[in-house]
Amino acid sequence: MAENLPPPTPAPAEAAPPAAGASRPAGRGRRALPYLLAAPAWLWLALFFLVPICSMLSISLMSGDLYQGYVLTWEFGNYADAVATYWRQLARSLAYGGCATLLCLAVGYPVAYWIAFRGGAYKNTYLLLLLLPMFVSFVLRTISWKALLADEGVVLGPLKDIGLLPEAAHVLNTAPAVVLGLAYNFLPFMVLPVYAVLERMDHRVVEAAQDLYAGRVRAFVSVVLPMSLPGVFAGVIMTFIPTSADYINAQVLGGAHNTMVGKIIESQYLVNNAYPMAAAITFVLMAVLLAGIFSYARALGTEQVMEVQAR
Amino acid sequence: MPGMKRAAPRPFPEPHCEENRSVSRTDPALLRGLTRTRPSRRTVLGASALAMVLSACGVRGQAAEELSGADFWEGKESSGKLSFANWPLYMDAERTQLKEFTEATGIEVDYDEAVAENKSFFGKVRPKLADGDSIGYDLMVLSTGVELTELMALNYLAPLDHMKMPNFDAYAGQRYKNATYDQGNRFTVPYASGITGIAYNPKYVDREITGIADLWDPEFKGKVGMMADAQEASNFALLLDGVEPGGSGKKDWEKAVSRLEEQREAGIVRRYYEQDYIQPLTNGDLWISMAWSGDVFQQNAEEGTELEFIVPEEGGTLWSDLMMIPYTAKNPVDAIMLMDFLYEPRIAAGLTEYINFIPPVPEAHQEIKEKAEAASGDEKEALEELADSPLVFPSDEDYTRLHDYVPLGAAELKEFTSMFLAVTQA
Repeated sequence: MAENLPPPTPAPAEAAPPAAGASRPAGRGRRALPYLLAAPAWLWLALFFLVPICSMLSISLMSGDLYQGYVLTWEFGNYADAVATYWRQLARSLAYGGCATLLCLAVGYPVAYWIAFRGGAYKNTYLLLLLLPMFVSFVLRTISWKALLADEGVVLGPLKDIGLLPEAAHVLNTAPAVVLGLAYNFLPFMVLPVYAVLERMDHRVVEAAQDLYAGRVRAFVSVVLPMSLPGVFAGVIMTFIPTSADYINAQVLGGAHNTMVGKIIESQYLVNNAYPMAAAITFVLMAVLLAGIFSYARALGTEQVMEVQAR
Repeated sequence: MPGMKRAAPRPFPEPHCEENRSVSRTDPALLRGLTRTRPSRRTVLGASALAMVLSACGVRGQAAEELSGADFWEGKESSGKLSFANWPLYMDAERTQLKEFTEATGIEVDYDEAVAENKSFFGKVRPKLADGDSIGYDLMVLSTGVELTELMALNYLAPLDHMKMPNFDAYAGQRYKNATYDQGNRFTVPYASGITGIAYNPKYVDREITGIADLWDPEFKGKVGMMADAQEASNFALLLDGVEPGGSGKKDWEKAVSRLEEQREAGIVRRYYEQDYIQPLTNGDLWISMAWSGDVFQQNAEEGTELEFIVPEEGGTLWSDLMMIPYTAKNPVDAIMLMDFLYEPRIAAGLTEYINFIPPVPEAHQEIKEKAEAASGDEKEALEELADSPLVFPSDEDYTRLHDYVPLGAAELKEFTSMFLAVTQA
């Protein structure tokens, strides 16, 4: 209970920066210690994040071709080209990612709620069951949906036989198939963070709400739901970003009108060898996702975001 | 979720009131200002130095120097071994043909099924070729297409010495010499070929399919498969308008693009397939599709399906998987000897028996027929089926309807692929 309340006093870290107290006799080595401890992480970040992202950034501003080579000419036109040519695929990726995230939330929240509050002694078993499909490779899981959604397959076949669906109806190779596939593949990423928050919640707060004459719905809406928002926030980020950038699902389950931006980036790199273009699209996608996340964080309250990240 | 918005601000009100807060809690902005380092002069200098480094280095041009045949082969001798990169299932597990080669020449072959896809294989070896290093293979098999154009444009292939290839000269079919993509077989010779045509499932299609126009028929709305590859898709759109792909230019491509867009926007195309169209064609997701002859033959032979394959009346295309020697090969003489050895009719026939693709050696047909006569039982039946199959041994009439690929220069390549990828990746 207490840990969910905002800290009544300022957090200790803010009040007294560690190892910097002037009153303590702080040796040089002692002062350097935290930095040394953090060094591997910084090194990791520099080597595998900072360097690649800087080189990508510079490639996105180059011009030239594969034969003559690419030279940095500060070609900002690459970005304009990327947006002008591929805005449809970008918008589509965000739309599919958004739909899949909502679907995950609609399915995942009740699942997390049920496991956390009604799971009893079998909580871990239920979690294991949820994660079990993840033991099979991502691509294989997606491919198996092809068989599931085939025009004469196990789902559509019988529905057509009893006349519920017209003979020409198909789901595979359409937008709903892609969204379903995305939602299926990323469901655990929504359930787990929400579960983590709900599981830690003291269930007596619901009793307290009921003592104060809140009905079951009111108790959920005013007490449980707001307290679980940090988990929802984490879940949304963990599903929205990978689903928007995913291209396997669109590739396997999509049709002639469902190409997502990930596929575009891949073919710009590998088929067209248009490295600057590919890098520019990558950065546009990244910028759009970051903008989305920050405005979302603002809407939900930034402090809660920090709270989530601290976990 | 109604009510979420209302409840969102805070489940419990902040326990501190405003005045209280200013006393007990330092203003975060002030704290940040005090604790966080501001960019020093040095950091700013460092950042601009980084920018300078970035602008100084680019991605350098990757072409190698052009080689003449005489220069390349001068002083090169057989070393008694070579390594060969090929596609999976492109030679039997016993590697019969390689054993025969070793027996005949004493050269040992290290065979590797390393090529699963043109794009990824080329991507893997390109950095080494750009640096002039050996890629570890002396002979490799890649398909007609974009990668081949790039390999040639970048001068990554060894020019072939036809003096060393008597079998090729004697036995290669006319059709496999002087293809538009490699005039005079300067760099490549076919390993096996196939037809890009149309496959359909007679279980669902109850009329006769004759040509490419059927792929544009609204009757098959949502049941038509097209290929995602820029060259394959464009070839069919060009042929539909009666344009020879090998001699087409930008004007033709624009028209072809609008043809393909028209077909896509009408909802006729279900999907643009990389190479996984056979299963949907079998289970009814697709009724009719662009297809490769070898796939259809294998599916019918192995799964007992009854897919039909036709060479469209407007024409189809003849593709080849080509043997080539990278210019950095350590054992090029051995490689060219193996290349030529595989053109011996008896050897070519043995390969065809296993892979079921079109051999570039017409005399292999006779070899297989003779072998079928001598055989008995199941083997005889299988050999006869093979020998009679128009998919493996196209008739002369079929050949007249088969076209070569668009030979693209380096400059055109980018424009061409961008134009057609815009259609297949909409």
